[in-house]
Amino acid sequence: MKALPHVDVVIVGAGWTGLLTAKELGSRTSLSIVVLERGAAHSPTEYANGMDELEHSIHFRMMQDLSLETVTIRHSTNDRAYPVRQHGSFLPGTGVGGAGEHWSAVFPRFLPDAFELYSRTVEKYGAARLPEDHALRDWGVTYDALEPYYMRAENLLGISGKAGNIRGEKIAGGNIFEGWRSAEYPTPPTKVPYFSELFRQAVNSLGHHPYPVPAATTSTLYTNPDGITRPGCTYCGFCETFGCMIGAKSQPTNTLLPIINKRKNVSIRTGATVLRIVHDSSLNRGKSRGVTYVDSNGQEFFQPAELIFLASWTLNNTRLLLLSKIGEAYDPITGRGTVGRNLTHQVMLTAATAFFEKPLNRFMGSGATGIMFNDFDGDVFDHTNLPFLRGGAFRGVSARSLPIGECDVLPKSVKAMWGSEWKKAVLHYYDRTGRITFIGDHLAYKSNYLDLDPTYKDHWGDPLLRLTIDWRDNERKMAEFATQKAVEIAHAMGAKEINPGVPLTHYDASRYQSSHVQGGAIMGTSPDHSVVNPYLQHWQTPNLFILGASSFPQNAAANPTPTILAQALRTADAIVDRYLKNPTALV
Amino acid sequence: MHCNVRRREFLTISAASLGGLLSYSLDGKICRFAAEHKPIRIPLRFFSKTEALIVSAAVSRIFPSDDSGPGAREAGVAIYIDRQLAGPYGRDRYRYTQPPFENAPPEFGYQGQATPREIYRDGLKSLTGFHLLPPERQDTALHQIASTHFFALLRRHTIEGMFADPIHGGNAGMIGWQLIGFPGPRMNNSDDIDKHYGEGFRPKPAGLAEVTGSTIRPSEDE
Repeated sequence: MKALPHVDVVIVGAGWTGLLTAKELGSRTSLSIVVLERGAAHSPTEYANGMDELEHSIHFRMMQDLSLETVTIRHSTNDRAYPVRQHGSFLPGTGVGGAGEHWSAVFPRFLPDAFELYSRTVEKYGAARLPEDHALRDWGVTYDALEPYYMRAENLLGISGKAGNIRGEKIAGGNIFEGWRSAEYPTPPTKVPYFSELFRQAVNSLGHHPYPVPAATTSTLYTNPDGITRPGCTYCGFCETFGCMIGAKSQPTNTLLPIINKRKNVSIRTGATVLRIVHDSSLNRGKSRGVTYVDSNGQEFFQPAELIFLASWTLNNTRLLLLSKIGEAYDPITGRGTVGRNLTHQVMLTAATAFFEKPLNRFMGSGATGIMFNDFDGDVFDHTNLPFLRGGAFRGVSARSLPIGECDVLPKSVKAMWGSEWKKAVLHYYDRTGRITFIGDHLAYKSNYLDLDPTYKDHWGDPLLRLTIDWRDNERKMAEFATQKAVEIAHAMGAKEINPGVPLTHYDASRYQSSHVQGGAIMGTSPDHSVVNPYLQHWQTPNLFILGASSFPQNAAANPTPTILAQALRTADAIVDRYLKNPTALV
Repeated sequence: MHCNVRRREFLTISAASLGGLLSYSLDGKICRFAAEHKPIRIPLRFFSKTEALIVSAAVSRIFPSDDSGPGAREAGVAIYIDRQLAGPYGRDRYRYTQPPFENAPPEFGYQGQATPREIYRDGLKSLTGFHLLPPERQDTALHQIASTHFFALLRRHTIEGMFADPIHGGNAGMIGWQLIGFPGPRMNNSDDIDKHYGEGFRPKPAGLAEVTGSTIRPSEDE
């Protein structure tokens, strides 16, 4: 192994959080910073030449190379785990920009009470209402503390939308259920395609409160506070699983990288797969000394550093802690240990598929172009007489409309699977089909967790991460409720036929749901039950910070990226303002 | 060097099915073919000629040419599948292929060891002589294998070959896109997205090579 010259900061992963931290620390300090990224850089022409559904949405060209490294999944500790051999329920990114290159760019904030989920729920409904086996936690940070950072993130990315609550004043046409905002969105809402307009009218007629989806597919030419200018979205429809060919969708490579590239104190090394965090093993006052990585030629390096950031997505953050033996691995039987606990995904489902008489022109759109409403989100509605806690948002968006993936979505009345009858249905329904999507809370449970797989190994011989995860009645009943509401909406939209959503039974590792996976290195107010403090700083190893949704104690229904970015900005501020002057525990 | 060169085989299809000769169709209307039947010979990369004829016949029953318009035969779906199987997908370049391989419930996805190439080679044995059968007996033969993994792949690849960008060898003349009213990678819909409510808006389709004006090298050509 070759030892490299010492640097001040090493960042593992060049996705949203890694590059945001590199930009913040790189432009506000003179620290020497190295970002290690296992994947490749992206070339400027790649995205325009890549508007190809087969390569991107079917063969997942931009995602993690599973032939090298994957995870295993099982439903319970009594089951055996199977490797994810081809991409399924979530899509980990790779390369510079990470999953931030091919995301849908939906950009909602979390509801304020999500950050105090445990105490607010107990306060309102009593501890007896909490599900058996739950592992719900407060975050240790409040919405009020994060609000300025949400605003900064929205201004950085140029989010398009319509505010529904500016400093407590409710505004019609926006999301009146959202937490208070210090200002309007930086850019106006995106345009509304036909399907989304039908959705808005139906939702209105049912007495709910529709509003434009907050979108990082920016609606108009926008210059952010760093002086980065991006064009407006052209609604080409090649959005989720694609990089944006014109840079209208905010991505780490078009929003952060231009600033980073100007800084001589920051360098990005691609093809660098981090194997371990090197640390002193004393349990309570640990110190990380750097990381080891292997480059694309198979050569191993030790990169010493003073300050280390894990920014390698939820699952890899946790896996690196487990492989490096930093902290105590969580044991679901005894409840001891913290690393790996509180694994959550998200209740993301097509709650109803609606088939219309008239064509929808659904090839036009973006991942975040459309209408949503939150009347059944969080605790916005009363749960006293409902068989579940929390809820979620409903969206009517013209996304995921490319033909290979969508042409086979047909009404239940079509029984044929091939042949003339099936073909005619494909031809008729392809442009007459719309999805009403529900995005709901996945609560945390003691027996949904992460550890190292005893059987399967990666390309370098290290154990894969094992996910033990299944739905409980709270998720199943929430999904059932969402399906009933979505069918009502589809009727009000004038759908000729409706397929209700498929009921949630057991966690389906083969069906894409969302790439919103949380937990494993959760934040909290005490090292007894969390891995990092509210500044995402490791409790026992103060020069190690762990960024991203690995810190979320539980899923909070809405898409996680805004909160991830707000937290990373808060951490960067704490480091620049406090930690660098006194490099010790921030709490 | 010479020992690995396979005897070169070809699939012969009519020129009309390779595009440029279709009139543009509006949504729901049938494509009209120009009357030209000059045969074109396409070199095969993976299939033998007999295998290609069987696959071409089978995908034509899955997505047939009928009174609703042309189908998988005209779109060149067999050529698409041949190229995919010859390329990295066919040899499982993208999949995690470390043992042990275990039987798993369907919600864990395909857990088998066989690559797409192996699944086809094996599956095609169950369709010997298929291309020589009359259509009704072809349908019976497909019904008999409808629950196999091979058939699931064949069906999925038929959809891909109908609707993937023409650079991949299928969707010739953008037949598939014309049939369903999809324009391909259209760069700018700004002026149209909030118009045409309730009526089909059908811009003339164009493939990626035409839209970008560049030569796109698909991954199966690597």
